[in-house]
Amino acid sequence: MAVDWRPGASLDTLRLRARMLEGVREFFARRGVLEVETPLLSVAGSTDPALASFHTPYQGPGLPAGQPLYLHTSPEFPMKRLLAAGSGPIYQVARVFRDGEAGTRHNPEFSLLEWYRTGWGLEALMDEVEALVTVLRGDAPPLPATRRYAYRDLFQAFLSIDPLVATVEELRACCHQAGIQAPDSMPGDAVDPWLDLLLSHAIEPRLGPGLVFLYDYPASQAALARVRPGEPAVAERFELYWDGLELANGFHELGDATEQRARFVADNHKRAAQGRPLMPLDERLLAALEQGLPDCSGVALGLDRLLMRLAGLERIDQVLAFAIGRA
Amino acid sequence: MASYSTNEFKSGLKIMLDGDPCSIIENEFVKPGKGQAFNRVKIRNLKTGRVVERTFKSGDSVEAADVMDQDMQYLYNDGEFWHFMDPNSFEQVSAGESAVADAAKWLKEQDTCLVTTWNGAPISVTPPNFVVLAVTETDPGVRGDTSGGGGKPATLETGAVVRVPLFIDVGDLLKVDTRSGEYVSRAKE
Repeated sequence: MAVDWRPGASLDTLRLRARMLEGVREFFARRGVLEVETPLLSVAGSTDPALASFHTPYQGPGLPAGQPLYLHTSPEFPMKRLLAAGSGPIYQVARVFRDGEAGTRHNPEFSLLEWYRTGWGLEALMDEVEALVTVLRGDAPPLPATRRYAYRDLFQAFLSIDPLVATVEELRACCHQAGIQAPDSMPGDAVDPWLDLLLSHAIEPRLGPGLVFLYDYPASQAALARVRPGEPAVAERFELYWDGLELANGFHELGDATEQRARFVADNHKRAAQGRPLMPLDERLLAALEQGLPDCSGVALGLDRLLMRLAGLERIDQVLAFAIGRA
Repeated sequence: MASYSTNEFKSGLKIMLDGDPCSIIENEFVKPGKGQAFNRVKIRNLKTGRVVERTFKSGDSVEAADVMDQDMQYLYNDGEFWHFMDPNSFEQVSAGESAVADAAKWLKEQDTCLVTTWNGAPISVTPPNFVVLAVTETDPGVRGDTSGGGGKPATLETGAVVRVPLFIDVGDLLKVDTRSGEYVSRAKE
């Protein structure tokens, strides 16, 4: 049988990718944001229970023989160390790695554009994300007006349920009403997988055309974002969707070292409960936070998915020269 | 018992769902960046032919269905069962009405069909895409009218009724597309 060696993306799409990267660099150069590079390999990994890291044993000087090194799932930790060292606003175009993620919208390695703005809140950062997308679209016909919804409002509007206080039983009933047959393995003691099920099956497909920002996530989904106290408290986090495709995730960054350590440990408890590998904590990040992270907001934007939308393509393997099936 | 993880899902995979053998038509990996991963799957129930959508949590396992597709020669119908033979092993299987269903009207002795078995027993029969069958009943043919306009119903030797051109006569052999149920052409002996 003939070996299929050809790229999955057309050469026109690859030229558009190169122009997109040029556009990104020009955008940040004009705005005085510094391009940086940080390691892909680290002795520490992401504890996020939703992410699985690749790792590889290192043989050589400088580290114990066979030391596992984790391929980063995002450049967040070392970039925060640069911020703590006084870098000011920075951005990075990084190839990141997530084990187990492959599909029409996922590839286990992909390009992330991540940037941080010191002294900024989420409103200003959402404005900048929108400005970047607008610039990269060039003279394409304008998109419908961008919409911004609080997570809670969107669930109430689409599903008549309050996601911040709903119980598992109420969410189960909501799935049933929405015509979603929930997997038997859904947990009885955690609401977040249920919220994810509803968001991905009943809300994302109905977000409609154009850019939609979703903000103020449940505190249980804060990840690395600050939690704003209130009744109920919410995570200062946003996601960007373009025509229903999740493109970017932004945080008002947590700077409290004690709180960060507690979240890492809680993540590892969840991992242990799921029988998944525990991850070594990034002590260098924690030490940097100890020293002091400037008040900042940061966002990570999936460049391959952005290119899918810029090129009007529906599958990620159409925008990658060689997706995992051809790698 | 054999099982598949969601990581092995792909179109054509045969799994058990609610006690019935099913075939995966489409598998979509769905995952919020910071959340739970799911596999959203379109599945055809191989007994009823119905297509349903189901969601699995990524990492879930499902039981494999012992389903096989085999080319078999149709032998005869005994009034209750349709009998088929594996041309290699000469093993015979008998399929009931629910398995044969709509295929019955296209089955002619010695034609090769695709028989889908579950745990060794037939659950569906797919006739050849094209069959050649004799006309047993139709209005008298109109000689010379090869325009193909209009048309009339004709009953074939297997009981199927198809729309045919006016020039077709009783005894003619017709090539028919079983997927659409449409007349294709006259056929030679």
